[in-house]
Amino acid sequence: MTLSYDDVIAKYEPVLGLEVHVELNTHSKMFCGCSTVFGAEPNTQTCPVCLALPGALPVVNEKAIESTIKIGLALNCSIAPFSRFARKNYFYPDMPKNFQISQYDEPICVDGYVDVEIETDEGPKTFRVEIERVHMEEDTGKSLHVGGATGRIHGAEYSLLDYNRAGIPLVEIVTKIVPGTGKYAPEVAKAYVAELRDILRSLGVSDVKMEQGSLRCDANVSLRLIGAEKLGTRSETKNVNSLRSVERAVRGEMIRHAELLNAGGRVVQETRHFQEDTGLTRSGRSKEQAEDYRYFPEPDLVPVAPDAAWIEELRASLPERPSIRRKRLQEAWSVPEKEMAAMINADVLDIVEATVLLGADPTKARSWWLGEISRIANDKDVAIADLTITPQDVAEIVALVNAGELTDKLARQVVEGVIAGEGKPSEVVAKRGIKVVNDDGALMAAIEKVCAEQAETAEKVRNGHLPAAGALIGAVMKETKGQADAARVRELLLGHLGQSEG
Amino acid sequence: MIRNSASEMAAKLAAGETTSVALTQAHLDRITAVDADVHAFLYVDTEGALAQAAAVDAKRAKGEKLSPLAGVPLALKDVMAQKGVPTTCGSKILEGWRPPYDSTVVANLKKNDVVILGKTNMDEFAMGSSTENSAYGPTHNPWDLTRIPGGSGGGSSAALAAFEAPLAIGTDTGGSIRQPAAVTGTVGVKPTYGGVSRFGLVAFSSSLDQAGPCARTVLDTALLHEAIAGHDPKDATSINAPVPNVVAAAKSGDVKGMKIGVVKELNGDGYQPGVRARFEESLELLAKAGAEIVEVSAPNFEYALAAYYLIAPSECSSNLARFDAMRYGLRVGDVDGASAETVMNLTREVGFGKEVKRRIILGTYALSSGYYDAYYGSAQKVRTLITQDFTKAFEKADVLVSPTCPTTAFKIGEKANDPLAMYLNDIATIPVNLAGIGGMSLPSGLADEDGLPVGFQIMSPVMKDERMYSVGAALEAALLSKWGAPLLDKAPVLAGAR
Repeated sequence: MTLSYDDVIAKYEPVLGLEVHVELNTHSKMFCGCSTVFGAEPNTQTCPVCLALPGALPVVNEKAIESTIKIGLALNCSIAPFSRFARKNYFYPDMPKNFQISQYDEPICVDGYVDVEIETDEGPKTFRVEIERVHMEEDTGKSLHVGGATGRIHGAEYSLLDYNRAGIPLVEIVTKIVPGTGKYAPEVAKAYVAELRDILRSLGVSDVKMEQGSLRCDANVSLRLIGAEKLGTRSETKNVNSLRSVERAVRGEMIRHAELLNAGGRVVQETRHFQEDTGLTRSGRSKEQAEDYRYFPEPDLVPVAPDAAWIEELRASLPERPSIRRKRLQEAWSVPEKEMAAMINADVLDIVEATVLLGADPTKARSWWLGEISRIANDKDVAIADLTITPQDVAEIVALVNAGELTDKLARQVVEGVIAGEGKPSEVVAKRGIKVVNDDGALMAAIEKVCAEQAETAEKVRNGHLPAAGALIGAVMKETKGQADAARVRELLLGHLGQSEG
Repeated sequence: MIRNSASEMAAKLAAGETTSVALTQAHLDRITAVDADVHAFLYVDTEGALAQAAAVDAKRAKGEKLSPLAGVPLALKDVMAQKGVPTTCGSKILEGWRPPYDSTVVANLKKNDVVILGKTNMDEFAMGSSTENSAYGPTHNPWDLTRIPGGSGGGSSAALAAFEAPLAIGTDTGGSIRQPAAVTGTVGVKPTYGGVSRFGLVAFSSSLDQAGPCARTVLDTALLHEAIAGHDPKDATSINAPVPNVVAAAKSGDVKGMKIGVVKELNGDGYQPGVRARFEESLELLAKAGAEIVEVSAPNFEYALAAYYLIAPSECSSNLARFDAMRYGLRVGDVDGASAETVMNLTREVGFGKEVKRRIILGTYALSSGYYDAYYGSAQKVRTLITQDFTKAFEKADVLVSPTCPTTAFKIGEKANDPLAMYLNDIATIPVNLAGIGGMSLPSGLADEDGLPVGFQIMSPVMKDERMYSVGAALEAALLSKWGAPLLDKAPVLAGAR
């Protein structure tokens, strides 16, 4: 019998621990000069160093250290004046040296925190997620197991190894245990990863694409009876490839643990693999017996001792924290919470802000990007950022509408034209011959024609039934191919029929 | 011609008295004549060497400005990656591997137009003091073919002593350049750690390994030192500072006013009488040359061997993990869909020798959780204490000296089954590696009791390598005038004796 989530949280308190691996977007790998571009032919981005040929030596990528320090600073960490790389010794076929260069007891950043805000039954509430450490390491290669039923090594006929990813700089961000989230544990986990993603993106240090694996989350979950001190046994769920999956994985594990505990069983300390399709996890590697990684300081590298002045320089260059920026923009633009969330979900905040900075009214800028332009991007199945239209274009269109040179309807045609590659808004207007009809003579001719054709309706209006005017105005707009200013049409029409807005 | 020093050969080349092709061919002929007896070489690159020699001759004919050692042949220890040339480290596990890249040392040699004759024998992965641990059979000491030529770089030193090459490259982790030099009557230098790039040196113990020059004279060693040393951005532990002026020091050989410190702990019990006699004699010669002899103490040296045999195996257990039969070298048992793990196990079983396995196991144990602090951690503390001993000693003396090893060359097989006795041979050389300073061994004569070469060790502070060359050159000159001929003239004639 499956327990309900409510049953779980009535009895147990969840404790979270999150480990996030971030691939940095440096041009070259962590310890050699090989390219890091995603998606190249297998084994084309390798050299003696990242293939671990005998005699090859690592040299630290300075840019990677800079990025890691920036991350540490953005997560309110202390930057260690002296930190070291260490070898983590274990065997894995896609790890060429059979040890990973990582950091162990002397990581570069320690003791930070991230505040995340989530919606609770009592309104928005902030949870503080404490960061234990941020350290640098290198990624492994990739194995492709061929011939097995599930793409797993077990049962495979053979395995192919691609070392393009071997040596890509990774930053691991580890939280302290996160108690006290109660029933909101899944939401807090998701919000934390989302906040982290936003911070990393604002720093420009990673592509943070969960689906491509440039941001990977391992979710540690354990349960204890409400009021208990001692932590329960945790499971570590890997392969969580989207924000939604983070939430689902935590929730799923809470239920799975509770079922085991309620049945008098025990939770096995192990890694679990999240299954995107079912939302369940399956058992991975047991961690009941602690693996002995035989860490020791990496003798091929010298310690990292960043200059204090450099750290302060990096601190001063940090961008505004995304959550603070969101609050600031929301206030400045007077945007309702829901609309703000919609902009963040659609990932248009930057682009809207850029449009506003170019002089566009925030509401109009938002409605263009979130409305018409998002719709077109959806239809074309591309990201908004990949459309040819720029904040400059949208600001120009908004200005044209404000100046009365375009109606909203005409403006939509201009947007379409810009996206179709017909040029800048002014060029589209010129090429398509789009212009507002504001020649009263031409409008009057159309009004007279329409009133003659729909004499009955015209009569109703003449008798003071103003709502009927809508149909006539629509017909006039149609007659003028939408190029007329609807407000002017209404004014002229009512005058023509002896009425006024009164 | 092959009995000349490298600088004499270089002078003849420069004067047009001979060509690099002729010089190279003469050495190749010598290798053909005597290497069946000596077994200094694992691979002779006849074609590559002659092509390189011809290229140097062509450059010279065009009047190009050439480096001091251009056209002179050299023997390369098989631990150095050379593009396209088999590199085995004396191990079966690397059988068939031809590196796709040049080590920085090789790149520097090529840049200086030094002709690389081939790869020399060594203890497997540089673990040993006799070259008996080579998977390809031992090298024989040209002074007595039944004796060891030292190790791990026995091949390089034997090649020098047998006149198969006037120059050689060695690597020194605990004495692998200096001890072979001592027991073969040749010169070998371990530069300051970080003075010569380790890029392309197949790692045994990363924090101790150091490549260095080997030759038959102090000046030749200095010339080679200068050719291979210098900062390398591909080695993070390489020192970014100018190369010490070793050639000028070797040429002047001036020790007037220098203080030479005799390390109390590296003399006495356990040192062969003939070794001690030659050492005392050398001290007298140096004093006569104007140096002041003082005594210094290094109380922590007694722990050096123990620390070394924790640190080196620990690092090696990690460094050698990459030999998994998957990407290069030997592969055993890859049949009938055997798993990667099975193939790896079978390959390692066959591919690694006994000493290598012993050290991997030792190191794995020393790094294990629960033992780390007691073993690896304590060893690192001892390392710091030894470095401090040196710092204090160098406050009293410009260089330190000792016999290079306690004994002369022992018989092949004599200590093969007694690793501890073997390890003790490096008691005087190991502290230098632990502290990362420079060390040289040069011949100080023959022990009266067995007529075999004895080495004199000179140690200099970090990046003060020129000091050991000054002292070495002074002693060499004094000994030469005493003997009237180079020591190697007393070595037996090799002529296909076996």
